[in-house]
Order: sequence, then structure tokens, then C-alpha cells
Amino acid sequence: MSAAAALRPRLPYAVLAAIVLAITWALVASGLAAEILSYRKDIVYLTRQHLVLVAVSGSAAIVSGVAIGVWLSRPWMARWADGAIQAVNMATSIPTLGKLALMMSLLGIGALPAIVGLWIATLLPIVRNTYEGIRAVPAHVVDAARGMGMGPRAILARVELPNALFVIFAGVRTAMAVNVGTAPIAFLIGGGGLGELIFTGIDLQQHAMMLAGAIPTALLAVAVDFLFGQAQYWFVPRGVNPLRNG
Amino acid sequence: MIRLEALSKTYATPRGSVTAVDAVSFEVAGGETCVLLGPSGCGKTTTLRMINRLVAPTAGKIFLGERDTDAVDPVELRRGIGYVIQQIGLFPNMTVADNIGVVPRLLGWDAPRRRRRAEELLALLALPPGTFADRYPGELSGGQAQRVGVARALAVDPPVLLMDEPFAALDPVNREAIQDEFLRMQQKLRKTILFVSHDIDEAVKMADRIAIFNQGRLVQFAAPDELLAHPVDAFVAGFVGHDRTLKRLRLTRVREIMTEADAGAVDPKAPGVSPDEDLRRVATLFLERDVERLRCIDEAGRLLGVVTRKAVAARLAIDDAT
Repeated sequence: MSAAAALRPRLPYAVLAAIVLAITWALVASGLAAEILSYRKDIVYLTRQHLVLVAVSGSAAIVSGVAIGVWLSRPWMARWADGAIQAVNMATSIPTLGKLALMMSLLGIGALPAIVGLWIATLLPIVRNTYEGIRAVPAHVVDAARGMGMGPRAILARVELPNALFVIFAGVRTAMAVNVGTAPIAFLIGGGGLGELIFTGIDLQQHAMMLAGAIPTALLAVAVDFLFGQAQYWFVPRGVNPLRNG
Repeated sequence: MIRLEALSKTYATPRGSVTAVDAVSFEVAGGETCVLLGPSGCGKTTTLRMINRLVAPTAGKIFLGERDTDAVDPVELRRGIGYVIQQIGLFPNMTVADNIGVVPRLLGWDAPRRRRRAEELLALLALPPGTFADRYPGELSGGQAQRVGVARALAVDPPVLLMDEPFAALDPVNREAIQDEFLRMQQKLRKTILFVSHDIDEAVKMADRIAIFNQGRLVQFAAPDELLAHPVDAFVAGFVGHDRTLKRLRLTRVREIMTEADAGAVDPKAPGVSPDEDLRRVATLFLERDVERLRCIDEAGRLLGVVTRKAVAARLAIDDAT
């Protein structure tokens, strides 16, 4: 693999870093930075809360989403899978704020309904991509695997999942973007997190307070996307990884 | 050795049951290549897929050696049978070496042994291991990919190979080349091979025995020359074509019909042929040069014998009265 190919996915991050530097300079110059840093204790506490929301709902969604996608792709589910995926597509079209509101009416107020709501919003793209990714593995490849004496589990682990992995990762990346983007709203149903600073700041017209929540939220979104982008680049086998076929 | 006994496959459909394979019986001796030939939908592929149990037979028995395949776990059974398909089905996520190492890995070979075997087989199939072992299937041409497909089927040296139209998707030049290589390899390896084809020329070239199928039934089971000389019915005659006599030319070598001759009695200007050429070359020379006899000579140009038009005619004579 050439060095240029390895660098290409990093280019957008370099541009981003330049923008971040410019904004930081503007904040420091205007004196807003000092004001934002006065919320340091709140930022640390709420960031921790925020990370728990994202990590718990996100990892639960990845594990269960891949499992459900695999399950739907099994031959004995063929009769139900299409209907199930259509239901998933419909559920995806419900705005995430709506999902959180629904969870609040079912589970009340607090971190639990927030996590469940985020979990569902994150789950759906992962289920869909896992299912579609496995279905896209050519039938003759699976036939060859069977004909060579692979059992169903070996076919799943060594043929179907590796060949679907790029599509699955694409689903995970989309899903985590939704997750991180929705997490601030969890505050509205009592879930805590950095949304508390953002929404309170807006209500009180305190720009510094709002930015104290918004900036870490934005950085987290970029970091998560970077993380999963790198994972997609390095964990998907080279033979089926369009990013590495340079 | 492979023996099929009254093998049948029936599918239940909304409009009643359909018989795909109807009481097919035949036996292929160890080390022979049997081509299953017929138009599409004739049951040849279904028959092949019943042998490694990718399709479960409705009735009948299959024996590999003296072993009844009903008594073997299908997954176990398949690991001992090489399988090559038209679409090749290499695993795109694995390198060429890993693809070849799939069955060895299932059988618990360690990594260095798998690697050695992969390199050995690549060399056997004229793919330099240094260049190809670590490539991915997406980086191979069609011909290279199918060579890897054959190497993968040979990985654990199974006595039996099942090949489902393995060369049908290749262009004619590549197909000829890989067929020739495969024949050379089979000379050494002596596998028992069942080979599905819809191409009579390929069948005549590759087969020791040809099994012609029509509508699920085995219509004729014979050596290629016998099949071309004596098709049992109008279907077989139509399938092998009007030029079946021309097709037979490739099946006989010069040494089989040459007669001894004194050097003095032979015109030294008569065209020469090698004893290992087939009769296509002989017929070409007879037509081009308008001569009655050819000199059969070895590489040094020494006279070994003569080939006459009469001898060719005698060889091709269809002696049945029907």
C-alpha cells in the first residue's frame, strides 16, 4: 500500500484542524475563551456524562445491530427479512427527537430513556447495513464455501462477515454520527450531558455557556468519526476494501 | 472410483413434482475423467451437486470408492472432494495463498505447511508463487483466477474432483491453454474427475468417458470415439453435430495407424508428421498436398513408418449396419 493512499483519508482532518485553529484564535482574541473556561468544572462533569451516554448506547447498538442484521440474513429468516428491513427503514425516518420523546413517554425521565432512545436511533442503520452487506456477498462465493466443506458458522465468520465488513462499517459510521449528533438532545428528557450547557446557554442568551457545551460536542463528533474511519480503513481486509485498493 | 446407482432428484413445485435427474447410473474408474454433457436444464449439474451433497438426492446411491456417501457427514465428505465452479468463487477477502489454504485450514494444517502447499500448487499451475501468492482475487485476470480455483480444489490432494463448467467463462484462447495445462497435470495426478460441460469439443478433448444427458436421463455413456462413431439416437447425433467424423480426428494419434515401411519404398518428398500428432494434422496434409501417403518421422527426421489414406479411412469407418 502506498503512503499517498494512507494519507488521503487524513486530508479532510488537516483542513478541519486549520479551521479549529482559526476559531480558537478568534475566541482567545475576543476574550470569550477565558469566559468559556470559567465553566471548566461543568464541562468536565457533563462531558463525562455525555461520554457515558454515547459509549453505552453506541456499543450496545453495534453489538445488537450486527447480531440482528446477521440473524435476519440467515436462510430461515428469508420469509420475514424483507418486511423487517422495511419496518427498520420506516422507523429510521422518525426524527430522533421524536424517538426520544416516545421513550420519555414509555420510560419516564432520566438517563435510561435517553440511552434507550439513542440505542434505537443508532441501531437501525447498523441492522440495515449488516443485512444488506451480507446479502450482497455473491451466491457463488457462498456456494464455493459450502462445496469446499465449510460449515454454516465458518461461512459466516470467514466469508460472509469479512466480505460485508466494509458496508457494515459504513453503517456503524453513519449510526455513530447520528448518535453523537443526537446525544445533546438527551438533556431535554433529563438525560444530562453537554446539552445542558447548550440549551441553558441558549435560554439565558449566554454565548460563552452555549459554546462551553457546543465546542466539546463538536470535537467529540469529529473524534468519533475519525476513530471509526480509521477502524474501517485498517480492519476491513484489503481485498474487499475500496479505500485501500489504490 | 465413483459409482452412481439409480440416482434421482425430484423437486416439488406448485404445479406438481418435476424430475430433474431420473434414475441415473454409471461408474467412473479411478484416475479417469468423465464429462457430463448436455443442453442446459438436462440434469448434469444437479447430478454433480448430488455427489458432494450440495443437493440431497431423492433416491439412489452414490459410492466413492466402496464408501456409501449417505454414511458420511456432508461437511466431512466435501472436504475430501475438490470442487471447481464456473464463477470460480474465490473469496475476495483472502489472498490467493489463503484461498488455496481454506480446506487445509479446516483440516487443521499449520500456517507454514499451508503456505508451502499453496506455493507448490501455484508453481504447478504456472503461476509464479512470488508474484501471485499474496495477491487478492480482484487483482487476477479470468484465466489466472480459474487456475487459482483449480489449485484450491487440489489443496489437500483429494482423489476426486468435481468441476462445474470450470472453463466456460474464459475466452477461447485462454480456455484452450488452461485445458491443455489441465490435461498435462491430470497425466501426472490421475484424479478421478467429473466434469460438467455443454461443449462437445471440450468434452471430446478432456474426457475418457462422456455421459450425455437429456431431460434428466442418461442417454449414452461411452468413450468419446465410441460416442462420435455410434451415437445411440437422434438426440445424441444432433448434439454431437454433423461434423462428428472431423471431431474424431483429434482422438487418434499417428502412431496408432502408421504401418512399417522400407526406407527405399517411400517417396522421400512425401510430407512428414510426428507419431504424436493427431489425425487432424494428417487430414490437413492429405487435403493440402493431395498425396496418398505421409512419412512418419521422429525429431531427428528418421523414418518410422508411413500413414496411408486407407489407414485413416479404416480407422474412421463406421462399421455398424444401422
